[in-house]
Amino acid sequence: MEEYSVIGKRVPRIDAKEKVMGEAKYAADYSLPGMLWAKVARSPYAHAKILNIDTSKAEKLPGVKAVITGKDFNGWTWGFMATTRDESPLAVDKVRYMYEGVAAVAAVDEETAEEACSLIKVDYEELPGVFDPEEAIKEGAPVIHAYRANNVSVEYHWDFGDVDKAFADSYIVREDRFETGKVVTGFLEPPASLAYYDPSGNITVWAAKQSPYFHYRHLAGCFGLPLSKIRIIQPFIGGGFGGTKNDSVAGDFCVVMLSKKTGRPVKYVYTMEEVLTTCRRRHNMIIYNKMGMTKDGILTAIESRVIGNGGGYTAIGPLTMFLTGYATTLPYKLPNYRYDAWRVFTNNPVSAAMRGHGFTHTRFACDIQMHMIAEELGIDPVEMRIRNAIDNPKPADGYSTINGIKFKTCGLMETIKAATEDPLWADRDKMVKQEGPVSYGVGITGTTYQGGARQLGHQSCGAIVRICEDGTINLITGATDCGQGSDTVLAMIAAEVLGAKYEDISFKRVDTAYTPVDPGSYGSRVTVFAGQAVERASRDAKRQLLEAAGKAWNVKPEEIDIREGFAFLKDKPEKRMSFEKLAKIASYEGAGAVILGTGYSSYGVEELDFSTGTGNGGTSFSFTTQTTRLGVDMETGKIDVTDFTIAHDAGVPLHPVSVEGQNEGGAVQGLSQAIYEGFIMENGRTHNSTFLDYKMPRSTDAPRIKVIDIITDDPDGPFGAKEASEGSHVSAPPSVVDALHDATGIWFKELPVTPEKIVKALKDAGKWMK
Amino acid sequence: MNLHCRVNEKEYDLEIKPHMTLLDLLREELGLTGAKEGCGEGECGACTVIMDGKAVNACIVLAAEAEGKEILTIEGLAREGTLHPIQEAFVEIGGLQCGFCTPGMVLSTKVLLDDNPNPTEEEIKKGLEGNFCRCTGYTKIIESVKVAADKVRG
Repeated sequence: MEEYSVIGKRVPRIDAKEKVMGEAKYAADYSLPGMLWAKVARSPYAHAKILNIDTSKAEKLPGVKAVITGKDFNGWTWGFMATTRDESPLAVDKVRYMYEGVAAVAAVDEETAEEACSLIKVDYEELPGVFDPEEAIKEGAPVIHAYRANNVSVEYHWDFGDVDKAFADSYIVREDRFETGKVVTGFLEPPASLAYYDPSGNITVWAAKQSPYFHYRHLAGCFGLPLSKIRIIQPFIGGGFGGTKNDSVAGDFCVVMLSKKTGRPVKYVYTMEEVLTTCRRRHNMIIYNKMGMTKDGILTAIESRVIGNGGGYTAIGPLTMFLTGYATTLPYKLPNYRYDAWRVFTNNPVSAAMRGHGFTHTRFACDIQMHMIAEELGIDPVEMRIRNAIDNPKPADGYSTINGIKFKTCGLMETIKAATEDPLWADRDKMVKQEGPVSYGVGITGTTYQGGARQLGHQSCGAIVRICEDGTINLITGATDCGQGSDTVLAMIAAEVLGAKYEDISFKRVDTAYTPVDPGSYGSRVTVFAGQAVERASRDAKRQLLEAAGKAWNVKPEEIDIREGFAFLKDKPEKRMSFEKLAKIASYEGAGAVILGTGYSSYGVEELDFSTGTGNGGTSFSFTTQTTRLGVDMETGKIDVTDFTIAHDAGVPLHPVSVEGQNEGGAVQGLSQAIYEGFIMENGRTHNSTFLDYKMPRSTDAPRIKVIDIITDDPDGPFGAKEASEGSHVSAPPSVVDALHDATGIWFKELPVTPEKIVKALKDAGKWMK
Repeated sequence: MNLHCRVNEKEYDLEIKPHMTLLDLLREELGLTGAKEGCGEGECGACTVIMDGKAVNACIVLAAEAEGKEILTIEGLAREGTLHPIQEAFVEIGGLQCGFCTPGMVLSTKVLLDDNPNPTEEEIKKGLEGNFCRCTGYTKIIESVKVAADKVRG
């Protein structure tokens, strides 16, 4: 690897100082003079017709400035695809999940707005609801949307190779039912939005959005305005993880409508209870997985039937179900594959994207099932993985799966080697297996996630590098750092390419009035796409600087280079000047020049074909092998996960601190979904709607984590970078479940694996220690 | 009702509503938005401030309880732009990602280290267990606290 000045160094995050000082401002931290507060009135029913809404009492309450209902939005709806725009900001004729918004109030303070909500009288006709997706697709089930009378919001049927023949020819075919949990992103910052619809017809918004340009377009559509009249100014974002902060949510539209009505700025901050009962959550999925293998443990075919619990609206569900099926052909060679998927409307809160989008479900099922078959065949699970692993292709050749996924680097085999040579796995037989009631186990898993994700619609991603005359640099992109560290990585790329000092780069956050359009922070795409745009914009600016230096020194620009804050003659490095001096020369030339570099990402966009399951969903893939050590109390079922080793191929780690931090965070969130997190639902009601009852890991629950970088230099990423964090998030649950099997001898196929489930399974297996 | 307290070494005489929380007082009345509202019910620790040397969740403390008390918020930790050694450690190690939990984490660390300047890893974990972090998996935060302890001890 080339020796870089900035790339690969452990520089402090560009936003660290503001954050440790409490100076970083998040959406809820903004206020404007004359500001009003909004609250949303919500339905107590999961499925009901709205017969009438009487807002008169609320309007009369002193301090109330405006009340709106769904009708104020004139029938406007939004959604991921033109054919699935089925959600309105507030329910109009019908509510489809419990606590769906039906009206909203703007008042002088939050308390008054809340009181006014309680005075809104809504007449409902309660309808029978359906909450289980397998019930919802049965004949005669209550219909949730008239435009999908069978309650199926999305349906795919793909077929690659000859699955039936492959199963017939297989030595072993195994079928299992798996189920993934009802879980949520769990960001700490609830959605907040401050909006001002000014009298001249411009909307300005400060909102907690990891994809602010989605919201930008939603608002233009909702209010019938050109994009130039919508301005989203991006605050710091307190965690994202997909779903809610990618999409718009009810409150986001209500503050704008209430501001339009009152002529005053309006702010709305969700409570955590509203987040946990009404915001986007991960699809809970039922996976009927059928896997065939030869006697030697070589994969012959997979048939995957997936039923997704979609909740009340479609949201981004078409992409979820695509991704759920699409990467089952990775990271192991799979010659025959069939996928049947149904995303089903239920009267539950809306399911949408979440970290590891789509991959978490089927990778969990396939990984566990592969290990089950290894056990049946008496083949070492690591040996089985090695036999099936996709090799690292020559970048010029690339690799193509049976469903046409193409990529150029794959470090899976090296991750298996690194993880299994690590003492956690290599010395597992030397460790204590039993200590009092505690059984110990070690598990392994191998998985993948895509980087540089694409969706439908535009993929534009640009960058502007402005050289200030004092030699500092304004870096301007449309990219959003919602915590992952992308501002830092993009600043590092700019510094590296320009030859400037990292400390001299200042990153400008999104302001849609000035920053170039960008799809947002999802699918591990920011470093890949915005990184390439920044690399190119920096090269463009550098070219202009070199021309100015060439004129000043009377040499050709190509005889000069810039590195670490100095321009110098390549042949005579002692002839040099500071970046600051060069910037002055370049800026003050003639009447005064403006040094602006621009660039955009041009990785080819291959359309996804949802009906056939083909098309590339990303530019590249990370590969992960993860091992887990844990102890299970065989009396109480309590699990203590003590160690993770994550061997991860993220291409070239541009900022190792962020790559490690993202892997560590992703894995702990995955651990949590394996054994802690899960909504307890009953007839559409979320029973554990607080952080006291919805169990997320605390510091005392975090295992020791070792991250081993496997470096593949991917040509489809700036400086060879791929994705980090979503891979470890996908690998953690099967790795934990595999370790649980090692400790107990029992396979758990439904997440989360709670102590109650463990005790029950131990009792059933006659292994319970009293 | 009247309230007299010291916040970040500044005296305040304020007129407050009896049911106002300390967090609302800090954020809405004093403009100190460093303490964040996450869960609003004392579970997540994003609103942690130090009251008379103890870490409290400002969202479940009434402003009235601050009568005569000394409050330290994240805004009061750095001196004239110079970071406190704990803040330096979090910056150096990268013990933060989205930053929403960071003010609370830093202040909980201060209370931990004031009480026990040489904590074991288990004691660090215990000291931070009231502060959720969804981004980091805690690894780099724990490492930051170890480095902070070295710095504070000198």
